[in-house]
Amino acid sequence: MTPVLELRGIDKSFGPVQVLHDVDFSVHLGEVTALVGDNGAGKSTLVKCVGGIYPIDSGDYLFDGKAVQVHSPRDAGALGIEIVYQDLALCDNLDIVQNMFLGREQKRGLVLDEDTMEEMAARTLESLSVRTVKSIRQLVASLSGGQRQTVAIAKAVLWNGKVVILDEPTAALGVAQTAQVLELVRRLADQGLAVVLISHNMNDVFAVSDRIATLYLGRMAAQVKTSDVTHAQVVELITSGRSGDLGLTNGVTV
Amino acid sequence: MTATISPKRTHESPSIRTNVRGYAERVRGGDMGALPAVFGIVVLCTIFAILRPAFLTNGNFANLFTQGAAVTVIAMGLVFVLLLGEIDLSAGFASGVCAAVLAIMLSNQGLPWYVAVGAAILTGVVIGTTLGSIVAKLGIPSFVVTLAAFLAFQGLVLLLVQGGTIIAIRDETILAIANKNLPPVLGWILLAVGVAAYAGLQLLRARKRAARSLTFDPISLIAIRVAALALLGGLAVYFLNLERSRNAAVVSLAGVPIVVPIIVVLLVVLTFVLRRTAFGRHLYAVGGNAEAARRAGINVDRMKISAFVICSSMAAVGGIMAASRASSVDPNTGGSNVLLYAVGAAVIGGTSLFGGKGRVLDAVLGGAVVAIIENGMGLMGYSAGIKFMVTGSVLLLAAMVDALSRKRAAATGLR
Repeated sequence: MTPVLELRGIDKSFGPVQVLHDVDFSVHLGEVTALVGDNGAGKSTLVKCVGGIYPIDSGDYLFDGKAVQVHSPRDAGALGIEIVYQDLALCDNLDIVQNMFLGREQKRGLVLDEDTMEEMAARTLESLSVRTVKSIRQLVASLSGGQRQTVAIAKAVLWNGKVVILDEPTAALGVAQTAQVLELVRRLADQGLAVVLISHNMNDVFAVSDRIATLYLGRMAAQVKTSDVTHAQVVELITSGRSGDLGLTNGVTV
Repeated sequence: MTATISPKRTHESPSIRTNVRGYAERVRGGDMGALPAVFGIVVLCTIFAILRPAFLTNGNFANLFTQGAAVTVIAMGLVFVLLLGEIDLSAGFASGVCAAVLAIMLSNQGLPWYVAVGAAILTGVVIGTTLGSIVAKLGIPSFVVTLAAFLAFQGLVLLLVQGGTIIAIRDETILAIANKNLPPVLGWILLAVGVAAYAGLQLLRARKRAARSLTFDPISLIAIRVAALALLGGLAVYFLNLERSRNAAVVSLAGVPIVVPIIVVLLVVLTFVLRRTAFGRHLYAVGGNAEAARRAGINVDRMKISAFVICSSMAAVGGIMAASRASSVDPNTGGSNVLLYAVGAAVIGGTSLFGGKGRVLDAVLGGAVVAIIENGMGLMGYSAGIKFMVTGSVLLLAAMVDALSRKRAAATGLR
């Protein structure tokens, strides 16, 4: 099966500092791909390259097997790539529906089509089996951390995105809410979306992911099936870039 | 995680009781809305009515509207700027500049009133575009930019009216705005049309939502709202239609002052813009979380500039009303306390100084409070000094209510 999103040999430098070295990364529909790595390994840079926020210096960007050019977040959005950043970017003073449609309001002539938006939002939340919000006309200010994360994810999938990238979605959440969000992540993949999960938490990674991609100092140390590796191996890959046969030799991809 | 409630997509609509309970919960949670302003109006009216029976006369009731009109209209425009968490300190003198432009066009150039009004409003648009562009593109805090403009416009008014002469306005149409009344019958007709349109829109909305099995307001609640509007409007029109001339045989003074329908139309149009258009939604979004709005593809700079344009244009309208009421324009038009009263009106009405929260109706309610204080204190024979101090206290009180309700809202997770 061809990956829906594939990066080949990506290089990215900021001035004299090369942040990404010859990185390969692929994401498949219906799977959760965990992107792990220590601080400064290049996870955020890689995601921002995917999202069109940073231009790539060299390498191939393939979507659905075809080479594409992504120069701006708008290009990424047009392909069906949605990124949910850690700070979620929700407006506290607006309600759930208003936030989900922010910047993409449905209109009839000049007037906002509130009824259609409410229906679409309700349908999306239902399809994600979200049962944690009392009313979709609640202000986001009144939601818990997990509910906010849910709204941000629902906002991302509302527009039939194909690839959803979640940046540390559980970092600020308690145990129960983390479980809620992970369940939602799994459900997205089961519905056929490709999900990229950036996380520091190995429990989360092993709980939901199908593949694990490990970045080490700007290089892709290994991209493996979750079922083929152990917890300890992944930790070793993150900290030293190699583990047994896996990973980099002398800091260079095998 | 398991004990959760499904999203509310009930087919039956919530009853009045749930609506009332929801409202009570919001108020307790710190979302006071218009409550403080309405409370203020009732308390102030009671106090003044007891202390000075003259406060309750028809003539004085009509005075309240013409007195408060300019400040209220400027406050309506300020709401747009305040929604973004910005401020426009120059709105008062901007109204003075626009009024001076109007007066020069009318009296010195002898141009027809519509040309003069157009020029005045265009001046407002230019002022707003300039201020907004400086704030948005250069990133100078609006407080500083508009403080500078406040001083500069004060000078500009002086220059325009040539060092302190008074330009009299004799144009009948402009003078009519603040000094003439609608024929009593027309007052009733406009009220009937307004109430009918309101009722019709509410019913239509409820029916449409019911048809799509979304929650909708029960008919009884709509009936209560319509009845309240009809009652309040009816009382106002009735009292304004009573004869208030001391000598009715010489000159009859009865009917709704012409500024009232103008303010109502502005209120309806601007509320529509804020509540029912994407532009209004984006204004709230920028005020709530500018970064989120930017990422959602909203042009934050353009929103800022448009808010300032609306504010200054409304200031121009306010300036025209002030000029009409005074029948002249002098260097002090739009000066002294006009701006502070306008900011006060918006904040007293419930618009937050922190951005993201506010309605055009707030400006009208707050404007009423300010007008009642000014009018009542004047009747009591207090000096200007006392008036300023009382108005200042009321503004501080309003800001406190805003700050405290915010704290409370943060604690309860509402806003």
